[in-house]
Amino acid sequence: MREPDTILPSAKLQARDEGRLRVFWRRYRRNRAAVLGLVLLGVIILMALTAGLIEPDDPLRRAGEPLTWPFQDWSVPLGTDQLGRDILAGIFHGARISLLIGVVATLIAIGIGIVVGSIAGYFGGWVDDVLMRVTEAVQTVPNFVLLLALVAILGPSIDNIILAVGIVSWTAPARLVRAEFMSLRSREFVEAVRNLGLGDTAIIFKEILPNALPPVIVFASIVMAVSILLESALAFLGLGDPNYASWGNMIGQGRNVLRTAWYCAAIPGIAILLTVLSFSLLGEGLNEALNPRQKKG
Amino acid sequence: MKLLRYGLRRLLQAVPVILLITVGTFLLLQLAPGDTVDALVGDMGGADAQFIARLRAEYGLDQPVWVQLWRYMLKLFQFDFGWSFVYEQPVSAVLMDRLGVTLLLMATSLFFAFTIGVALGAIAARRAYSLTDNVISTLGLVFYSTPSFFLGLMMIVLFSVKLGWLPAGGIETIAAFYSGLDYVIDVALHLVMPTAALSLIYLALYLRLMRASVLETAEQDYVRTARAKGAGETRLMFHHIMRNALLPVVTLLGLQFSTVLGGSVVVETIFTIPGLGQLAYQSVVQRDMNTLMGIIFLSAVVVLVVNFLTDLVYARLDSRIELR
Repeated sequence: MREPDTILPSAKLQARDEGRLRVFWRRYRRNRAAVLGLVLLGVIILMALTAGLIEPDDPLRRAGEPLTWPFQDWSVPLGTDQLGRDILAGIFHGARISLLIGVVATLIAIGIGIVVGSIAGYFGGWVDDVLMRVTEAVQTVPNFVLLLALVAILGPSIDNIILAVGIVSWTAPARLVRAEFMSLRSREFVEAVRNLGLGDTAIIFKEILPNALPPVIVFASIVMAVSILLESALAFLGLGDPNYASWGNMIGQGRNVLRTAWYCAAIPGIAILLTVLSFSLLGEGLNEALNPRQKKG
Repeated sequence: MKLLRYGLRRLLQAVPVILLITVGTFLLLQLAPGDTVDALVGDMGGADAQFIARLRAEYGLDQPVWVQLWRYMLKLFQFDFGWSFVYEQPVSAVLMDRLGVTLLLMATSLFFAFTIGVALGAIAARRAYSLTDNVISTLGLVFYSTPSFFLGLMMIVLFSVKLGWLPAGGIETIAAFYSGLDYVIDVALHLVMPTAALSLIYLALYLRLMRASVLETAEQDYVRTARAKGAGETRLMFHHIMRNALLPVVTLLGLQFSTVLGGSVVVETIFTIPGLGQLAYQSVVQRDMNTLMGIIFLSAVVVLVVNFLTDLVYARLDSRIELR
């Protein structure tokens, strides 16, 4: 049996895809806030990429006189903390960690969510019942408390933290994927390929999943924002990986000199705020561009 | 009567969830390095191997995993979470000491988040795409992106360090021994900043949902009918639109409850409030696993109770729901 997408000549398909991309961009561009979000995200990615230029060796080394206020000494433009560490270097290297955690933890969460949600939504019945009770149980436990427990058990290395953030965030994507699958599984195109003799796995991943993805992609931007917030809260409490410069960790350290040098906590705090804001704006823009039906007014 | 039957059915649905949570906490305890006897021996400053083996047998730790799980579940259902070697008390006593403060903080936070969020969302929707709406919606986005710990610290800098208006931590002025109204005012002053820090994200969430919900409801046929019949805009808003637009917001209130409990860990730690959240943080630092698992189980129970109550409220609000 031939695959549905080999029926179209590949050149034609490419042309159609380009058109689709252009339509997508035109719709996305309409929302100016969403474009701002994209620009912000671009700046953050650029910061992560150029972190090595700002501070090639170690962002945690002593770079100047401790507790230098911002804009005083141009070798450390954003000042230094109580150990003389360059705050600007910390912000650039912290962008790496935040983006790394945001992307990988989201992939883990969405991955688990897709597997659980698609199986539950596609098969229904007792499989659905069992999987949904498990999802509810995980959702009932406060996610940050579960994260604390997982990190306490696994140990606070960066890999374990990413894994733990992914594990506590999969339930909402799972419910979303399940709802999409339940509405798609009895559509005509699914009946058609089933009658052609396609197996369940192929139907789930090749036929239904691509159609269920747009809302999941929109939701991924929210999961990413929440993952970054979860990691920074963990690092703020001093339970993160101490070997990496993390924005949350910088705020946590800044808390000790809050009364005299509040900028140590304020600068990384603004970095987190702008990063999360960029993902929220991105999510809204994607939502309007991918589900234009929902746009009001 | 119908409502009672509906309530019972919802309670039955919670049973497998709570069973799964007990199994989950048991598995987490098994994964954690060290067991009760290790903690006990560490507490005593060491013991010989024979004594340790006898202790293990006494605590049933030499039994097969299934037997241990069964015993653990039986104990949890009696709210027996074991012994805390940090506090030298039963875990349940430590938890009950701190539950009240956390519930107070959560109740005030959710109350302000809900009322202010709903009000702002409704105003923004009524003036959709105007300057007012743009300001409110932008504020909502910024609030939504502000980490609670960052906001908390900045408030301490402004209101405690610079202005000296509000206490920077604790739940009451310890040496003051206030009573009556003075005590209430004292506690309220201590709660202002933690409440603001904890509620801001949820305020933003309710605001955005309420705005979308009012916009959607305002386009329904029954609203047009009511307007055609000559209902004034105020009556239209409060009687026809708000009541229906509130439904998804109430659902979210129940769903978000567990996230708020998680958020209180950070907020209680910053403002040194002696609640469950601060206890969760301390038990991770002190590796007091019994207490941590007790917090997980207790907060899950609290969340289930709150979800149950919101379900009932929802069923009362929306007469279209079939109370089967």
